[in-house]
Amino acid sequence: MSVKVLTANRLTDGEVVWLGANGEWLEHIDGALIARHAEAVNALEEAGKSAIKSNLVIDVNVIDVEERGTDLYPVRLRERIRQLGPTIRLDLGKQAEKPKAA
Amino acid sequence: MYRYDEFDHAFVSARVEQFKDQVERRLSGELTEEQFRPLRLMNGVYLQLHAYMLRVAVPYGTLSSRQMHKLAHIARRYDRGYGHFTTRQNIQYNWPALKDIPAVLDELASVEMHALQTSGNCIRNVTADHFAGAAADEVGDPRPYAEILRQWSSMHPEFSYLPRKFKIAVTGADRDRAAIQVHDIGLHLKKNEAGELGFAVYVGGGQGRTPMVAKKIRDFLPVEDLLTYTTAIVRVYNLNGRRDNKYKARIKILVHETGTEEITRQIETEWQAIKETDLKLPQQDVDAIDTYFAPPNLVQRPEGWSGLAAARKADHAFSAWVDQNVTPHKNPDYGVVTISLKPIGGIPGDATDAQMDLVADIAEKFSYDEIRVSHEQNLVLPHVAIADLRIVYDLLLTDGLATANAGLITDIISCPGLDYCALATARSIPVAQRISERFGNPERQADIGELKLKISGCINACGHHHVGHIGILGVEKKGEELYQISLGGSGDEICTIGDITGRGFSSEEIVDAIETIVDRYLEIRTDKEETFLTTYRRVGAAPFKDALYSEVANAA
Repeated sequence: MSVKVLTANRLTDGEVVWLGANGEWLEHIDGALIARHAEAVNALEEAGKSAIKSNLVIDVNVIDVEERGTDLYPVRLRERIRQLGPTIRLDLGKQAEKPKAA
Repeated sequence: MYRYDEFDHAFVSARVEQFKDQVERRLSGELTEEQFRPLRLMNGVYLQLHAYMLRVAVPYGTLSSRQMHKLAHIARRYDRGYGHFTTRQNIQYNWPALKDIPAVLDELASVEMHALQTSGNCIRNVTADHFAGAAADEVGDPRPYAEILRQWSSMHPEFSYLPRKFKIAVTGADRDRAAIQVHDIGLHLKKNEAGELGFAVYVGGGQGRTPMVAKKIRDFLPVEDLLTYTTAIVRVYNLNGRRDNKYKARIKILVHETGTEEITRQIETEWQAIKETDLKLPQQDVDAIDTYFAPPNLVQRPEGWSGLAAARKADHAFSAWVDQNVTPHKNPDYGVVTISLKPIGGIPGDATDAQMDLVADIAEKFSYDEIRVSHEQNLVLPHVAIADLRIVYDLLLTDGLATANAGLITDIISCPGLDYCALATARSIPVAQRISERFGNPERQADIGELKLKISGCINACGHHHVGHIGILGVEKKGEELYQISLGGSGDEICTIGDITGRGFSSEEIVDAIETIVDRYLEIRTDKEETFLTTYRRVGAAPFKDALYSEVANAA
């Protein structure tokens, strides 16, 4: 089933980030705050608006993700590419920084 | 080459200082993103999927070795060790931090470069024939006029907030290598019967979601009228272009909706009112700019030809590279060398910092310090002595820059697509890579001959798919990438928009579909001399559609 998380790019360097359950903006999707129903989605949207005001991030969007075991899997290819990096340069982006846990 | 005068230096430095201040105010929160966005765009700063992107202009595609070394340095120091050369003779850096961009602009200004007007609804970086000043078939060098247009359009108070972006291209030969008929204004530098220089003027071409071939509205415009006439065109557009709908805001829509005859009348009326004003170009001003572009004093090197014949005989790969990537120069002792940025299976238009440094070094020693960036995402060494071709080839070979495929099916134009671009709906680079690998065999691509294949990852058509002999457009359908094929497009002097073949192909199917088209061409061409485009123009789409869709139907 698809649930939602909040994503953005960090203001200073454009790094892709997700809003964490701890209220921090995380560089990896693991630990992102998951909205499972309409009220929670509204809360995410509100969090997005206030994040823009607080000047930490830009281009804030609520996106669909699937829970696959313990992993979060963005539904759209665009978001999967944001999550990992360019599919043609595996040495770049987050995919290059974070070895996938076995 | 053009050198900045005091005014240019002061102007660019002032803009760097201004942007530095704007970035500081943005980072401190004084400016909101809404306020900052148009300011950053005016300085070439976009936000893409993974990071910011800085688009740096290479005016009319001309670079010195020093400038290329600086581009390499920026890639190394502020980015991830590479840059991407685009179809607009720009270079894009994909990973700069916002806080570093003012420093990058400072570095660029130190070598007379900038990122001004590489975005926004203004007159963009003026592009030109990448063989300008060197090609044997050239009537006149288009770059002095591109430079005059650059100076005139930079921060133009009347034209900084147009209905939409505005692109001008200039070519100086009958063979159009600058795709002028798919630009908002296309200028073809030519001579009249009296031997005077002037321009054929085309208006209202463009690609994007509504592709259109430009209309010729003047067969010969004297050089002295370049700025008055251009002003008249942009003024009519600025007044009447649609601001109510982003998708109908380009001048091509205005030309289409108004009609060529009526828009020409409006432009001529406006022109008559301003024809004799300050914008009329005095010949001494044209001459002054012209001197910056005077051809280098080429040393006579007649010894090259005999050596070349022997070198070609000894090395088939070198010979193939000469055939494919070296084109005639005005001076018969010299050649124009295309450096392919399309290695087989590589990323079209990408160059590493080391490759940029290598090209800069080669240009300094063997091409009179000149480099060009082509809209086909390759680099060009405009003045290489035939006698030096072998050594230049050997040097290029050391870092994968000697692919002998200029103009062949693997010389693919591709936009960054969904791997980087926030607007893209599908990936384009991986498709380009797979097609390149499929057709990478040198004998096979040489047998296929000239075939321009162009791929865009969304309807905005940065990959010029509408004018590809074979064009591919990637879209998103039901969450999957889908690729639509068009055939018979051409961006040269006989400009046509390609015809869509029919239903699209999945990512898995698309390379086979391209091969089906190519195989059908090989079956039906009259002989090896009949290029893909000529064959298509002779037989139309039907044989290709039959091959594509009957085969798919059979397989299903």
